[in-house]
Amino acid sequence: MTENDPINQDYQKAVIELLYQLADDDFIHAFRGSEWLGLAPHIEEDVAFSSISQDTMGHTAMFYRLLEELGEGSADHLAQGRSSIERKNCVLVELVNGPGNYMEKPRYDWAFAVVRNYFYTQAKAIKIQSLKNSSYKPLSDAAVKVKMELYFHLLHWKTWFTQLMTSTDEARKRMEEATERVFAELDGVFSQGSYRVKIVDFGLIEDETILRKLWIQELSPIFQSINLTMPESFGMKHGNGRDGEHTGDLEQAIQTLSEVYRLNPAAAW
Amino acid sequence: MSVLEKGLSEEEQLSKFMAKIEAGEKIEADDWMPEDYRTALIKLISMHGISEIMGALPEKEWVPKAPSLKRKLGIMAKVQDEMGHGQMLLRVTEDLLKPYGKTREDLMQDLFKGDLKFHNVFHMATKSWADAGMVGWLVDGAAIITQTNMLNASYGPYARALKRICSEEVFHAQHGEAIIMALTEGTVEQKLMIQECLNRWWDSLLMFFGPASKQTTGSSKQDITMKYRIRTKTNEELRQIFFTKYIPRILSLGLTIPDETIHFDQEKQEWIYQQPDWNEFKEIIKGNGPKSQERLDLRRTSYETNKWVRDALAK
Repeated sequence: MTENDPINQDYQKAVIELLYQLADDDFIHAFRGSEWLGLAPHIEEDVAFSSISQDTMGHTAMFYRLLEELGEGSADHLAQGRSSIERKNCVLVELVNGPGNYMEKPRYDWAFAVVRNYFYTQAKAIKIQSLKNSSYKPLSDAAVKVKMELYFHLLHWKTWFTQLMTSTDEARKRMEEATERVFAELDGVFSQGSYRVKIVDFGLIEDETILRKLWIQELSPIFQSINLTMPESFGMKHGNGRDGEHTGDLEQAIQTLSEVYRLNPAAAW
Repeated sequence: MSVLEKGLSEEEQLSKFMAKIEAGEKIEADDWMPEDYRTALIKLISMHGISEIMGALPEKEWVPKAPSLKRKLGIMAKVQDEMGHGQMLLRVTEDLLKPYGKTREDLMQDLFKGDLKFHNVFHMATKSWADAGMVGWLVDGAAIITQTNMLNASYGPYARALKRICSEEVFHAQHGEAIIMALTEGTVEQKLMIQECLNRWWDSLLMFFGPASKQTTGSSKQDITMKYRIRTKTNEELRQIFFTKYIPRILSLGLTIPDETIHFDQEKQEWIYQQPDWNEFKEIIKGNGPKSQERLDLRRTSYETNKWVRDALAK
């Protein structure tokens, strides 16, 4: 099916649902990354991490634009004007970077950042690989563009992950704790929510169980090499974001990221 | 400090060095250089580098809040560039510090202790989205003027770094100007937001170029940097260039300059303007500006919080 074919309503609904998941995931993920700016462990990392967050924000813009083309409203409104209940992102990306605020006493947790970024990016890479064969052509085109950049993001976070896991005892302990916290929400990253069957039946992307299996296949050798056990199952401790279940952290994120926009959503900024 | 060339006295080395820079040749990191040249460079470049890094913080306050996807992308890229400039300049400084056995760690400690200063503009608060535009447009615009003045600096590594920095700063100024233009063409509230912002920033912009002479504040490094061909123009000459370039642009956007006395004196061929409070300037660069300690605290906090990461990497 191409852009110009008549798309039946059900199909379009499924496309829209999946696009919201992809767009909201990357948007909140890039927002959390942007809060780290200037606070990374060293200056070189600040440059690298902000470059990655910028790429991710670029992917976000691509996904919101696809929604705009499907008549969902302007990309800027979709990004900034929706309440937390309307958001479809997974809970993992919305969790705060650590205690404090990015402007005041940010005691941000680098171990959590590394593990979350690595696991999320690996999951994203697997989804993007699957999306390259999506029946929705605009989405498969977007996937090709995103994939090129993901290679470097993944390499970056994998390097941090293995290095910190195999260094001091303190680093290992912090990394294991962070890994546990991320696993507790990782099912939410793969979840396709209540539209799952349609999303898969229409050939938009492979089923979440397949994606999860591919993720485990990719990460298992890495885990083995650093003597870490892959858990039997993951979790969705704070609920399924695909169905609108979120934490207060998302509300706080939306308040911040839309602070200026909300002064006057109709104005040109 | 550096090893003397065989058979040459210190004095002969110095006259050779001066002849070299006067002929427009570049000095490289491993070349012989007089001690006061090295210390002037360290002071200048470490301050420039750390200002890029501390300068990311006031703008960074608005990165997560940028009001559209386009602006989010723009400002993320912009602040990332600034961090990149800081990194590049600290590397240049690190080479100059080698003979003293000092490293980046020492620079960070100097910053925390208040010995390594950062630029006056980055001690100021940013109160609205307009400030994000102002930093890009007029603060970076001012930076382009001072940095262009050093593009032919006698120290090769700094001159080369500045070439790259200046070309990126031109994009930053355009990014800032685009934000400002959207506001000046916008709603009444947006116009008020940008005028209020300009009123707040004006004195800081004048101070950006430093005092006209050391009589104003008791010290100035412009004499030594000119003698050694690091820069060519005085602080006041640079400020005048800034006025000539930006006053017409500010006025054409319908903004008012918060100095009723400012005008161009045809006879003297210079801008006449109200001096900012140079005592305030002295206080700011001493670390007593409105946001000096808060910004330093941000860096201190992240430095302490990430200590375990540095330890892990050192292992």
